[in-house]
Amino acid sequence: MSVVTEVSSDGKKLTISIEGRFDFGRHQEFRESYERLNSKPESIVVDLKKATYLDSSALGMLLLLRDHAGGDNSDIRVVNSSSDVKKILAISNFDKLFDIS
Amino acid sequence: MQPLEPLTILIAEDSAADRMLLSTIVRRQGHEVLTASNGAEAVEAFRSQRPHLVLMDAMMPVMDGFEAAQQIKALAGETLVPIIFLTSLTESEALARCLEAGGDDFLAKPYNQVILAAKIKAMDRLRRLQATVLEQRDLIARHHDYLLNEQRVAKAVFDKVAHSGCLNAPNIRYLQSPYALFNGDLLLAAFTPVGDMHVLLGDFTGHGLPAAVGAMPLAEVFYGMTAKGYGLSETLREMNAKLKRILPVDMFCCATLLRLSFQRGSVEVWNGGMPDGYLHNATSGERTALTARHLPLGVLSPQTFDDRTEVFPMAVGDRVFLLSDGVIDTCDANEQLFGVERLEQVFAANRQPDALFEEIEQALRDFRGEARDDVSMVEVSLLDAAQLSPPAPVYSDSGQSCPLDWSVSFEFRAATLKRFNPLPYLLQLLFEVHGLRAQSGALYSVLAELYSNALEHGVLGLDSSLKRDASGFARYYQQRSARLDELQDGYVRVHLQVTPKGEGGCLTVRVEDSGKGFDVVRVMERPVDDVRLSGRGVSLIRQLSHHASWSDNGRSARVEFFWEAQA
Repeated sequence: MSVVTEVSSDGKKLTISIEGRFDFGRHQEFRESYERLNSKPESIVVDLKKATYLDSSALGMLLLLRDHAGGDNSDIRVVNSSSDVKKILAISNFDKLFDIS
Repeated sequence: MQPLEPLTILIAEDSAADRMLLSTIVRRQGHEVLTASNGAEAVEAFRSQRPHLVLMDAMMPVMDGFEAAQQIKALAGETLVPIIFLTSLTESEALARCLEAGGDDFLAKPYNQVILAAKIKAMDRLRRLQATVLEQRDLIARHHDYLLNEQRVAKAVFDKVAHSGCLNAPNIRYLQSPYALFNGDLLLAAFTPVGDMHVLLGDFTGHGLPAAVGAMPLAEVFYGMTAKGYGLSETLREMNAKLKRILPVDMFCCATLLRLSFQRGSVEVWNGGMPDGYLHNATSGERTALTARHLPLGVLSPQTFDDRTEVFPMAVGDRVFLLSDGVIDTCDANEQLFGVERLEQVFAANRQPDALFEEIEQALRDFRGEARDDVSMVEVSLLDAAQLSPPAPVYSDSGQSCPLDWSVSFEFRAATLKRFNPLPYLLQLLFEVHGLRAQSGALYSVLAELYSNALEHGVLGLDSSLKRDASGFARYYQQRSARLDELQDGYVRVHLQVTPKGEGGCLTVRVEDSGKGFDVVRVMERPVDDVRLSGRGVSLIRQLSHHASWSDNGRSARVEFFWEAQA
């Protein structure tokens, strides 16, 4: 699995980890990772520790996730981005929408 | 498994007894039978009745089975017509010859009914598989042709829209794949009514048709608003709102928008999500990065969208270079990115500015072996305003109902001054007067200068001498946006008066502001052809209009435009 989902024991935090290329090929898996949950988590962490690359459709998927999680009221952190991935997120100014580290 | 459909089977056998025997067996298995007593008859029977499968004796008079098999295979073309050789031959060479001649299998005499039935079934499976493959191949080919044709038509329609601008102006060089539109890349350029130039390089998410559909509305807004005289901020707000409204959540458009002002010697920049652009200073060789400060278009709601731009001074010969992420995201065999550092090395090694694109392309090829098809680059240089000839605006009305005797006054107050640009409205109003259309460029320029003087030096109290050098230039525009944000009160009043004069007429424009005014006598003493970065507005107004005068300590400006009888 290149998209791994983990929900904290209290059900409040969802962690989505991406492995390998984060591009259009992950679209289905990524959407299912949060759409199949019965209850909406309060916060979401996207772990990019094992992601090697990220393209513009991945940025689109992050926007979908944000929209699903409540838009401006969502609490989404993008963590463990490599320097290349950080650069892409920085060019797109996605730090204005997500808490990126 | 599918039940066996009845087939038409050709039996070519010179022995009448064998032919009879085989026909009976095959008919009993539910198939229709055609017969031939030699190879030539078999070929003829195939030609006229197209059986599904052939049982072929190898040794026959007139034409043997090997020759007949070759001819039948040639006639069948791509369709698989299985040929099963009937043979009493036993040596392996002879059996191999059956297959070489185009046979698909062989059956040894005397005939075994069970094996014959099984072989017919197996061959029928192959035959149908081949038919399905051909059908699907043709279907795919047809879809592909449709798609290419649709793309060709879509591109032709889009090119009409996209190329209605000025991409062929002498100061623009660009490089784009012919189907860049279907990679989501978009390049637009157009002159504003005052002769400034707007340039947009955009990159929609994704590929193919989804990436292309957003381009059309974006281009429409860009050209429509540029032609009406709107600035970057208003155009950006409109483009963002439109894309936000029509695109799905996960689609957006990274874009850099430029406004080159040839008269003021400046470039205004907004970059949302595109790689750094570069401003090359021709004299010092310095490069200033034009970095993305914003989210791409179509992400934020109109309420949260940030339309703040940056302004840089630009001298004749300076160039702005923009590129799509196809350049820096080109990967080599090890998934290493070409990256910004390698691009900057190409800049540093560049000696002839005109060879820059070729050098970048060469560097990409050296790095990767082949160029990506979504590499877009554009370079815009600042020319002397006189070298450019913005096209005259096109009006579609007949001119029979033109108003000639009227006046109107506006007062724009603080909350309006913050976000609203009244010039396009005022100009639209004035161009109802046909006599003024011939001097639209001058009228636009003068009104734009009068308004920005009233707003910036009057209401906002900005000191134009700040603009004397490059760093002051940037500070000036920072102060402008800061003071505009804080603006509580103040006004700009515009009075327009149109009066008939013989066969022609006269327009009087008065612009008043709530500022402190300026020392009119001192400013008027300056030579008219001042070439400094600051204080150009007043001399421009004096050159382009009649009887320019200032009163009320500079708080009120008055100019006149005349026109003669219409041809």
